Amino acid sequence: MLTINNLQAKIGEKEILKGINLEIKAGEVHAIMGPNGSGKSTLASVLAGREDYEVTGGSVDFEGKDLLDLAPEERAAEGIFLAFQYPVEIPGVSTTNFLKTAVNEIRKYRGEEPMDAVQFLKMFKQKMAYVNIDQSLLNRALNEGFSGGEKKRNEIFQMAVLEPKLAILDETDSGLDIDALRIVAEGVNKLKSSENATIVVTHYQRLLDYIVPDYVHVLYKGRIVKSGTKELALELEERGYDWIKAEVDAQENSIA
Amino acid sequence: MTTDKQDLKAQLIADFQLAEGKLNGAAKSAIHVTRQKALQTFNQLGFPTTKHEEWKYSNVRGLVNQTYEFQADSSLTAEDLAQLSIPNLEGNILYFINGVYNEALSSIVSPASELVLLPLAEAIKQYPAVVEKHFNQYTDQHENAFTALNTAFSFDGVFIYVPAKKVVEKPIILRFITDARQANVAAQPRNLIVVEKRAEVQIAEAYRSIGEHSTFTNAVTEIYVAEEANVDYYKVQNESDQAYHIGSTAVYQEGRSVFTANTVTANGGFVRNNLQIKIDGEFAEANMFGLYIPNAKQHIDNHTAVDHAKPNANSNELYKGILKDKSTGVFNGKIFVRQDAQKTNAFQSCKNVLVSDEASMNTKPQLEIWADDVKCSHGTTTGQLNHDALFYMQARGISKDAAKALLMLAFAQEVIDKMRIPSIKEYLEGLIIEKIYQA
Ligand SMILES: Nc1ncnc2c1ncn2[C@@H]1O[C@H](COP(=O)(O)OP(=O)(O)O)[C@@H](O)[C@H]1O
Ligand SMILES: [Mg+2]
Repeated sequence: MLTINNLQAKIGEKEILKGINLEIKAGEVHAIMGPNGSGKSTLASVLAGREDYEVTGGSVDFEGKDLLDLAPEERAAEGIFLAFQYPVEIPGVSTTNFLKTAVNEIRKYRGEEPMDAVQFLKMFKQKMAYVNIDQSLLNRALNEGFSGGEKKRNEIFQMAVLEPKLAILDETDSGLDIDALRIVAEGVNKLKSSENATIVVTHYQRLLDYIVPDYVHVLYKGRIVKSGTKELALELEERGYDWIKAEVDAQENSIA
Repeated sequence: MTTDKQDLKAQLIADFQLAEGKLNGAAKSAIHVTRQKALQTFNQLGFPTTKHEEWKYSNVRGLVNQTYEFQADSSLTAEDLAQLSIPNLEGNILYFINGVYNEALSSIVSPASELVLLPLAEAIKQYPAVVEKHFNQYTDQHENAFTALNTAFSFDGVFIYVPAKKVVEKPIILRFITDARQANVAAQPRNLIVVEKRAEVQIAEAYRSIGEHSTFTNAVTEIYVAEEANVDYYKVQNESDQAYHIGSTAVYQEGRSVFTANTVTANGGFVRNNLQIKIDGEFAEANMFGLYIPNAKQHIDNHTAVDHAKPNANSNELYKGILKDKSTGVFNGKIFVRQDAQKTNAFQSCKNVLVSDEASMNTKPQLEIWADDVKCSHGTTTGQLNHDALFYMQARGISKDAAKALLMLAFAQEVIDKMRIPSIKEYLEGLIIEKIYQA
């Protein structure tokens, strides 16, 4: 589904991604872990098409299309979804209004008929149950004055509505208490199928107790320095990141 | 340049003498003496230049370098009118074509016991005492050449009188249409609105121009709001890129009265709105809301002034602007709190979004506070659409243009939501959506 080949990106003069390689197939869940500042959010943003980052090398193939060639909205319409680490406040636009616009823009891109108010009502009702979200929250200006937990839950609600092929969850667990975490994880699990894939970005293994990954990758200094199965996450939980940092740094020094 | 400028001025002075000649006996009336004095004031002041502090960012050169036909004939067909119609409009609807009241097109539905609606010229005859008491009492005619000019030519416009305790159920919609399909035309409506004790009324002035030639509208409205009266006032502007519009609304409020102004400029080449409110009674409330969305090379200038002369009154002001293309905007908001006006609450906010790198906005709050126990706050912001918000929306499949439009509409909505005449609100919402989505 997604093939990332030697992806490099910088912001301003600062190189952040220094050659990422990753292959994701339909039905898989990949976890990307790593210490703060290692480039996880950057990778997620570059995949979603944020223009502040300049891609300086490499390629990304998504279902046979050159992803880097597409505008952010086209990527969304192709089936990419990014759950933001820091969801943005949109004053004056309710979640429902926002999603109606998004859904119909995507349908337009795909050459489908727009949905009407009645269809939306029915669909929203059904999707609200996934993450146990309240109608009153959806009527409010998007993310404005939402608690951390409400924002994250709202992100997953949007994911449920948009039914992406590839969902990228950036630190969706941060700021959640254990009950909220469980609700969010259950929502994600319900949306999982053999047709779609998920990238879970986190630096704690806690979330991975609920969303069990097929593969775990460790990102450090803009590269994937270690890959493994869910046992790797448990090892990181136990030993922290220092031993990996030491390994990588030692290797860098021996090269230099 | 200066000779051209003299031309319009000279034309106006000649026109005045011509009009005076037709008045016969009425030329000696009190109101006409006022007009003569106003013409002298206009003659002395002349049209302002950008050297004038109040006109620093609004250059009227383009306006005065042309001549116009005043009270020009217009042959609006039924077809034209259909195109100009505002859907679902309900209430007392008065038409003024090129500044002249058109009775045939107008319809008055409120009972006479509730509401007096007359052309100003008629009111001078039928309600001389009321007119004399209030006419030309509240304007800034000694400083403003345009107001003086309007006063000199105060032959047509509307007189609205709401007797004490009457709650006028149906709104009053004044439609000012300038027809510049044949030549440059000018109109100088002069309106007097007197709302007596505990009365309530909703009034909208809606301006529209048609045709490719220039139009010059120089409108003045005076509003007297008696004790405990409530006036909901709208100024709606949708004129062409060749339109010059200078409009002044002067308001005088007595104690415990409520006055709300909603000034919405959807279109107009060069627009200057003056809104002046004097609060001369305790526990009164003045609200000033505004929205302007210039595009192309349109220029929209809002000057507001609220004068707190008595204690315990509130004023609340919110103006919002969305500036596209090479458009320019001006906001100047004055708040005076006199020494007597203790416990005044005055709030002012002006927020602007520049959608293009070539658009610009000048904002200037001016506060003069002589009382010590007051709450005053003011703030102006001018910025761009939020970059992170745009990306967030794009990441959900919304194109950049649609995302921008959605943010602009949400920004404007706060002011649209203040409107309380449903048909006017609907009409404006439509104009604003059209303007926002316009490439
Ligand atoms: N807008 C930006 N401007 C400058 N540096 C940035 C910007 N965004 C991220 N960075 C830097 O890029 C690096 C990677 O950041 P990020 O991708 O957010 O890491 P992570 O998500 O793994 O914590 C960090 O050193 C961060 O400071
Ligand atoms: Mg991050």
